[in-house]
Amino acid sequence: MISADLAIALPELTLACLGMALLMLGVFRGKDASRLVSGLSIAGLLLVFALVLLGPGFAGGPATAFDGLFVVDGFAGFMKLLVLLASAAAMLMALRYFEHENAMRFEYPVLMLFATLGMLMMVSANDLISLYLGVELQSLALYVVAAIRRDSLRSTEAGLKYFVLGALSSGMLLYGSSLIYGFAGTTGFAGIAQVLADAGAAGEAPSLGLLIGLVFLVAGLAFKVSAVPFHMWTPDVYEGAPTPVTAFFATAPKAAAMALFVRVMMGPFGEFVAQWQQIIVVISIASMVLGAFAAINQTNIKRLMAYSSIGHMGFALIGLAAGTQAGVRGLVFYIAIYLVMNLGTFACILCMRQKDVMVEGIEDLKGLSKTNPMLALAMFIFMFSMAGIPPMAGFMAKLYVFMAAIQAGLYGLAVIGVLASAVGAFYYLRIVKFMYFDEPAEALDRPIGREMTFVVTVTGAAILIFFVVPGPLLESATAAASALVP
Amino acid sequence: MSGWPILSLVTFLPLVGAAFILAIRGEEEVVARNARFVALWTTLITFVLSLFIWFGFERGTAAFQFVERVEWIPGTGINYAMGVDGISMLFVLLSTVLTPLCILASWDAIKTCVKEYMIAFLVLETMMVGMFCALDFVVFYFFYEGVLIPMFLIIGVWGGERRIYSTFKFFLYTLAGSVLLFLALIAMYLEVGTTDIPTMLAYDFPAGMQTWLWLALFASFAVKIPMWPFHTWLPDAHVEAPTAGSVILAGVLLKMGGYGFVRFSLPMLPDASVYFTPFIFVLSIVAVIYTSLVALAQEDMKKLIAYSSVAHMGFVTIGIFTVSQQGLEGAIFLMLSHGVVSAALFLIVGVVYDRMHTRLIERYGGLVERMPAYALAFMIFMLAGVGLPGTSGFVGEFLVLVGVFQVNTWVATLATSGIILGAAYMLYLYRRVIFGALGRVDLKAIQDLNPREILVFAPLIALVFWMGIYPMSFLDVMSASVANLVGGQQAAAGLAGPAPGGDGALSDMLAALWPGR
Repeated sequence: MISADLAIALPELTLACLGMALLMLGVFRGKDASRLVSGLSIAGLLLVFALVLLGPGFAGGPATAFDGLFVVDGFAGFMKLLVLLASAAAMLMALRYFEHENAMRFEYPVLMLFATLGMLMMVSANDLISLYLGVELQSLALYVVAAIRRDSLRSTEAGLKYFVLGALSSGMLLYGSSLIYGFAGTTGFAGIAQVLADAGAAGEAPSLGLLIGLVFLVAGLAFKVSAVPFHMWTPDVYEGAPTPVTAFFATAPKAAAMALFVRVMMGPFGEFVAQWQQIIVVISIASMVLGAFAAINQTNIKRLMAYSSIGHMGFALIGLAAGTQAGVRGLVFYIAIYLVMNLGTFACILCMRQKDVMVEGIEDLKGLSKTNPMLALAMFIFMFSMAGIPPMAGFMAKLYVFMAAIQAGLYGLAVIGVLASAVGAFYYLRIVKFMYFDEPAEALDRPIGREMTFVVTVTGAAILIFFVVPGPLLESATAAASALVP
Repeated sequence: MSGWPILSLVTFLPLVGAAFILAIRGEEEVVARNARFVALWTTLITFVLSLFIWFGFERGTAAFQFVERVEWIPGTGINYAMGVDGISMLFVLLSTVLTPLCILASWDAIKTCVKEYMIAFLVLETMMVGMFCALDFVVFYFFYEGVLIPMFLIIGVWGGERRIYSTFKFFLYTLAGSVLLFLALIAMYLEVGTTDIPTMLAYDFPAGMQTWLWLALFASFAVKIPMWPFHTWLPDAHVEAPTAGSVILAGVLLKMGGYGFVRFSLPMLPDASVYFTPFIFVLSIVAVIYTSLVALAQEDMKKLIAYSSVAHMGFVTIGIFTVSQQGLEGAIFLMLSHGVVSAALFLIVGVVYDRMHTRLIERYGGLVERMPAYALAFMIFMLAGVGLPGTSGFVGEFLVLVGVFQVNTWVATLATSGIILGAAYMLYLYRRVIFGALGRVDLKAIQDLNPREILVFAPLIALVFWMGIYPMSFLDVMSASVANLVGGQQAAAGLAGPAPGGDGALSDMLAALWPGR
């Protein structure tokens, strides 16, 4: 019995062992091992990627382990692949940055491995307890990573701010969980679903305690995906944290938190759609609108990306608000494309150096099309993709979430959403304007390095020519969604 | 001929040229020259290929021809589909004719970033041609929106002083309209289950749904065409765009709105179209009269022509929503004619702008003394813009007025006053620029048209006369498709109208005038 459980959780176990082994390696080899540890971490992530791909649950039906605490299904498998790819790319991008800044520490890759492990746990959580464990493992590692440059005031401030607010949200999550446990009598997702189904079959109104617990749970999860009104931390943390850390924050944890959000809402509380749909609709609209308007006046590109990601989470949440299989498919698809766009954009941002010093002002991009045309072209592709203009992949992502919204009859949400996307296009175009319409001020440093060239080229090409063969990714997203919502 | 995918070839060939230009390396001068030549040859080959569509096209049928279908997004009913009928084929040719002329017109005018400029133009051509060929709504939307990207750059990088304001206004204005079209597209897809245009054309949308869909489509097409009061982006964009950018903007991009009405609003949503016809008529009449008056007061040549475009597009929308054989044929013909004439007028302005670097009318005068050939070319296009019989402008306006006269006399009367105003501002412009005393010192040395410019204008002049003197070669192509559209529309709207294809006395008259129909 136990060996079957272990086999199901093999990728997570591998990652945990790898993290600890690399920690040991770093401790004993000292500072000069950091490059080796980073390289091994990336290799390890790719190994885990293969394990997830070949492991149980991905091809076959859902499999649970540890008395239903842990579940592996097509949805979990797909989201794990996304998380692992994003983590590996973020780690690759961090290498050169930390070497440049002379701040390479082996703790960084190790912490990222543990954060990734937490994310995998979140994606596979099938119980309020394992949900909380996953969230905390991820968050604790991320708090430290945000403050990894402990000699920098901004970095430590970002870490502390993230920690305080994150602790608050964990408190809400926990409070909600205890309420749910109190009124449902179980923490297992299957058990909660059963309680709700029984109540529904008996024609009873949903219990108020459960509803309040659900609201707290949603608040905690909304914090993790940085949806309005729980977004306050995002701009400050994005701006303060070292740029590769920001790149990481904007990608993998968002995918994991979204996966968790969807699983909780569609799984145990699937019967409750009518109750939580309006909450998600409001959160989604608020995020899209705030993301579109607040980003307009930003001058720091990392801060701008923070608002942009708030907006994107709003768009992704449209899929959840629909509460259907098509909606989940749209969300999964959106997140996948969002990850690629964001990784590419942050790779470009990481290339913004003048005289070997990182710069973060949007104005520093002035005239990039003349000083570094290829980098400008890549950024151009990412910006138009984020704005959702065809033929870039961002358009396809929007197509599927809006399709789900209209199918579910959420016309108001859809109209507000597309108008917000038109407003949001303004600030993406503003970046293009700086790059293409303005005369160069000071050129950015060249060359940008092999790792960055690799990430920018792969993501840029993927976004640009995605429309040629959209089939495979779309089919995977469909399979993932149908695994969760039959 | 039908063996190879000619529409895809014409659509994507410019991209191949763009890839070649991207690969050019070396000295800036050499790169610029090579980029110009590659762009010119690519667009010329594209044009020659598009002639195969013209000659291979079977007249007298309303069916889509040269159809290509490839599975694109599996299992969704969204496919890559291309095909043309008598309406879209003419616009494809309009695009492929104008692009090489634009490249020629920018030969000397563009001096910075020539390589990027040529790439932008080739991408733009792909988007335009693809949009008119698309036989799938999602593919259509792809190209329809995609046009914005190269145009945004063309105005923003190579434009005039206030280019950034103008290009942002252009982009955001059209995008805001288009996103509503996007929602309508999704709603229609969910209703029909496929985005295949022929299937959607045959589908009966529920009446309650039609109103909303029509409004969403209207939001997009009305901004694009543009109709009053959604036209304010156009004068700004025209004034700031480089000459060739204005040419494409006026020549092809505005037609995308009209094409949208003809292809989508009218046949797919017939009930709503009937319901909203008075609304369209009112807006169009205001556009025709108001913007003509505004054009009279303009100091800037490009702005004047931009406002005249809005007025002409008012005629087009009136013609489209008469839903009669003459009105629709006239509207489509007027769009084609306007595509040639307004493009030529912008090129005419570009000629003197290249020499004097100003577009203010008061800075010119008496040009006929120094530039006789220029004055002649200007006169031909100016009169075509006015709608003088024998030029292309006449046929379209005449057919539209005949069509609308049968529907509503008042609308026809008011629209006719637009023709008088049109003659007024055009002749006034011509008098101020060409006639009078050659007062200014700097004008004394101005050069007449050079061979390259003559090469640009010659085909346009030929087209203006061809379309004006023997319009049958164009009307023949579209008449079956239009008859089909009118018949289907009237059947769906439950109106007792003339039988499909029966264009009555007018057709007899035309046949007498132009034998061979």
